[in-house]
Amino acid sequence: MKQTLKTVPLSAWIGILGISLCVFAALFAPWISPYDPNQILGDPWAERSPEYLLGLDNLGRDLLSRLIWGTRMTLFVATVATVIAFSMGVILSLVAAVMRGVVDIGLSRLNDLLMSIPTLIFALIVLSALPQTLGVLIMVMAVLDATRVFRLGRALAMDLVAMEFVEAVRLRGEGTLWIVFKEVLPNAMTPLLAEFGLRLAFAVLFISTLSFLGLGIQPPTPDWGGMVKDNKDGIIFGVSAALVPGMAIAVLTVSINLVVDWLLKRTSSLKGGRGDG
Amino acid sequence: MTAPRSDTPVPRTLARKLHEIRSDYPMGSRILGRLLLGLVLLWASSVLIFCGIEALPGDFATTYLGQAATPQAVANIRAELGLDQPMLTRYLAWAGGILHGDFGTSWASGQVIADQLWHRLGNSMLLAGCAAVIAVPLAVSLGLLAVLYRDRWPDKLINLVSLAAVSLPEFFVAYLLILWLVVQHPVAAFPATVYDSMSIWEKLHTIALPVATLVLVVIAHMMRMTRAAILSLLSSAYMETATLKGLGALRIIVRHALPNALAPIINVVALNLAYLIVGVVVVEVVFVYPGMGQYMVDAVTVRDLPVVQGCGLVFAGIYILLNMAADILSIFVNPRLRHPR
Amino acid sequence: MADPETLRPETLLSVRGLRIGATAYPPGEAPRDIEIVKGIDFDLSKGRVLGLIGESGAGKSTIGLAALAYGRGGVRITGGEVRLEGTDILALGKKGVRALRGARVCYVSQSAAASFNPAQRLGDQVIEATLHHGLATRKEALARAAHLFRLLSLPDPDSFGDRFPHQVSGGQLQRAMTAMALCPEPDLIVFDEPTTALDVTTQIEVLAAIKAAIEETHTAALYITHDLAVVAQVADDIMVLRHGETVEYGPTRQIIEAPTQDYTRNLVNVRSIRHAEAPDQSGQFLRLSGINAFYGSFQVLHDVSLHVPRGQTLAIVGESGSGKSTLARVACGLLPPASGEISFDGAPLPRTLKKRTREQLRRMQMIYQMADTAMNPRQTVGQIIGRAVTFYSGKRGAARRARVIELLDQIELGEAYLDRYPAELSGGQKQRVAIARALAAEPELILCDEPTSALDPLVADGILKLLLKLQAEKGLSYVFITHDIAIVRAIADSVAVMHRGRLVRFGPKSQVLAPPFDDYTALLLASVPEMELGWLEKVLARRRA
Repeated sequence: MKQTLKTVPLSAWIGILGISLCVFAALFAPWISPYDPNQILGDPWAERSPEYLLGLDNLGRDLLSRLIWGTRMTLFVATVATVIAFSMGVILSLVAAVMRGVVDIGLSRLNDLLMSIPTLIFALIVLSALPQTLGVLIMVMAVLDATRVFRLGRALAMDLVAMEFVEAVRLRGEGTLWIVFKEVLPNAMTPLLAEFGLRLAFAVLFISTLSFLGLGIQPPTPDWGGMVKDNKDGIIFGVSAALVPGMAIAVLTVSINLVVDWLLKRTSSLKGGRGDG
Repeated sequence: MTAPRSDTPVPRTLARKLHEIRSDYPMGSRILGRLLLGLVLLWASSVLIFCGIEALPGDFATTYLGQAATPQAVANIRAELGLDQPMLTRYLAWAGGILHGDFGTSWASGQVIADQLWHRLGNSMLLAGCAAVIAVPLAVSLGLLAVLYRDRWPDKLINLVSLAAVSLPEFFVAYLLILWLVVQHPVAAFPATVYDSMSIWEKLHTIALPVATLVLVVIAHMMRMTRAAILSLLSSAYMETATLKGLGALRIIVRHALPNALAPIINVVALNLAYLIVGVVVVEVVFVYPGMGQYMVDAVTVRDLPVVQGCGLVFAGIYILLNMAADILSIFVNPRLRHPR
Repeated sequence: MADPETLRPETLLSVRGLRIGATAYPPGEAPRDIEIVKGIDFDLSKGRVLGLIGESGAGKSTIGLAALAYGRGGVRITGGEVRLEGTDILALGKKGVRALRGARVCYVSQSAAASFNPAQRLGDQVIEATLHHGLATRKEALARAAHLFRLLSLPDPDSFGDRFPHQVSGGQLQRAMTAMALCPEPDLIVFDEPTTALDVTTQIEVLAAIKAAIEETHTAALYITHDLAVVAQVADDIMVLRHGETVEYGPTRQIIEAPTQDYTRNLVNVRSIRHAEAPDQSGQFLRLSGINAFYGSFQVLHDVSLHVPRGQTLAIVGESGSGKSTLARVACGLLPPASGEISFDGAPLPRTLKKRTREQLRRMQMIYQMADTAMNPRQTVGQIIGRAVTFYSGKRGAARRARVIELLDQIELGEAYLDRYPAELSGGQKQRVAIARALAAEPELILCDEPTSALDPLVADGILKLLLKLQAEKGLSYVFITHDIAIVRAIADSVAVMHRGRLVRFGPKSQVLAPPFDDYTALLLASVPEMELGWLEKVLARRRA
């Protein structure tokens, strides 16, 4: 483990720092945010001051407090959606790869179909018919994201199932569960972890985009995308309040991508480093 | 002991026949197959879009009139919109209409959807087309540049900037540009509202900022993918052969790398053009641009379902078409299929 | 340091104190520098052929590429000099090196299939270097290419160049690559295992073509291979390499007939194992009868029937695509046959894996060609073998550990290897672990699918000896799939020859490998290189007759 820690590059450490900062803000929002995020404290778009570190928003609420509470909301929705998407995608892809036959063909075709419509467009269609509640939002994101996880998971599992060591285990007479959990999954872990990061970054961007379009998390609950929407009219007057939550989204997604980049490099070097000794 | 055979002779001869056709006309049969798949996907997505809305819980009439509406009012509006018909009838009517270019009428405005749709699609295409014309050559050259200077500072810089760029939401890039080029240094126009009466130059000036946003958003992705595709190509054995022939770097790239890089680059471009389609939605909303994306978002907000369905189908159609075009082009440039044994 | 004055006038290539290094990146550890070639000297005269021979990791390919001043994948030439007609090519600038490659020194790689640009016609690629270096006009180059195609006995020599790489066979590609190297009329060609990836019957044709071309053009050559019998046919001198150092260097006749070093002697005498054939081969412990099998709609096995007596070895021999591995997959249930029956120890065996009982599975085990991919890279040796022990015998904890150690002792590795991962083992050790995993089931029959063909000859010998020892101790039966007649001679009791999915010949070893032969078996047997000078000429003369 010590050896591994030493080989973590600087860029990955920056990423880990950024993610930790966001997680900290989300967990301890009630204690570290200086004001109530929905309390009107002064004039709209008041300048930065020692009292209000980032200034006030379009209704005169404290931007910093809304940003901290927004971290909580955005991160919560993105994480839950990604976890559900991941569980669904991984389980279904492993089932498809191990069972083969009709199950595989059915699931794969359905997945192709869902993926033939762009994610945002699909979300817009579904959200136009469904009530815009938090649960619906999370489920829509999860299902759409699961298609991408399914495709990667199935490709990975298909590669692994075709490997001779899995064949050797099948020849021994081991059951499907043993093959999936003891032979296939451990070998697919790093790429899946990297994919989890990518999907999480995508989920953050996606929920922010939906909120920005007014179709995501509904006001007055603070979230990053919604804050951009609230404050966008200030831009033309030179008020940069809308850029603050935009910056937060950028910091989080860049951080996640830095960590993912490192994970992906590590996988490829593991594969490449396995030549003749 | 007579074990039941898994495959009877009849399907086997059929399979062999198909196999023969496939090996006799490798390119034609593959292109035909891909076209058929595209049509099937298009049809299936129309079903999905229709059912996606109709089968979901929650009834338009109730939503539209509010929970307090009388049952009589609900029934009236349902009859008026044709919602009391069975679902299959309604799908057939809808799909049949679209085949004749009729997307129905908007619930919100009562206008014919097709007119609006084609008009706005033209606007969106202008936006996406301009972005593509700038982004594709730029991204491919930057990708090549990164490969040429692999692991040296130009590569590292391009890598770092593009990693940041793929992580930025479209609206953030858009507002940054507005703050910089409209508010601080007023050179560009905002909002990017275009009218039919505008000349093409006026239009281009007006859409400069949204185009720039789309280019920035799409270019990083495309460049990274180009770089990866070329790098995997460079590690192949025939590149070593070229080096050991004493050829210069330029000749190696032009004669040996590029012909083989075509297929992966085509794929990268098509994937990103498809991505542009989605990017257009957000950018249009930011810049108040009268394109299809904004039309759709507005319709979703007021739950104007026929408009949502129409826009969704057109978006999906373009997306499917682009993916199909990419696959067919890569079949076309594959030397194995172009020159069969 | 060689004094240019003392060089014989006809010396073409002179290598002195060549040292080559690289940086290794062991997973989870800091990178460190390693030395691949540790001070090599040799001279090569014009028109002569020097054979470089050694096992994998001996540094032979690296030395060959140094003659083109090239280091593959981060390999660096760290010391010494490589002089081509007196000029140190390692001191040449970029331009000088480019003028050298493809004009004065050319390279033929092991995998011609990957070394040709798939998007260009063969002819254009063959003459590219000649045109690029301005050595001939296009017309002259095309004429020369056609001449070379004819010399290398390629079909339709005048139009062969119009084809694309995917339109010709592997053996033809290898010859086309030789033509590509010969076309600029270079002083030196480096052949890097040019026939290793080919089937034996193809190998002999390519080998003969290369030899004829070298003789006609008077080009000097470095011929790199791991197969002493092959290099003995083409080289004037041989250098035996091991771990980047010279073991022995001398004329081919001396190396083959009177080696002075133990290591060389071992290489010459490799596969000296002789296993006496069992007298009674009437038993039918495993019996396959009337097997027809398909991949999709393609029939891979046509009505194959054969059997193995208990405690004996059946060798199934054939070239790639002959269906020999498919037969093993049918026997173990991985590929259910469309028709035919399998019986084991007198009782019928279900055709599919799913329908076989654990006991049936236990009694028949399998060993793969690539031990690398046949073991889970995330499990230790102890886990890999231990799971098989638990699965079949139910042993856990200390009992399981004791059994695993016992198995490790049987394969001559020992307890120290318990916590190693496959990546930390050498090729031979991995194959031994795979054997231990099969033994853990206490099987009665083991299907061996080319278990030694990815290994160096001396290591392979060790594995064969181990298998024979285990057979003697435990009365195991083997179905041994191989393309190597020498292995068949070494270990088999009975032999089955497969060709294009059909059984060509089947019976006791003494009958199958003795005349009268059918055409295919005769060709196969005649194509296996023998450790004998002039063997190639003899075979070719016999064929022409």
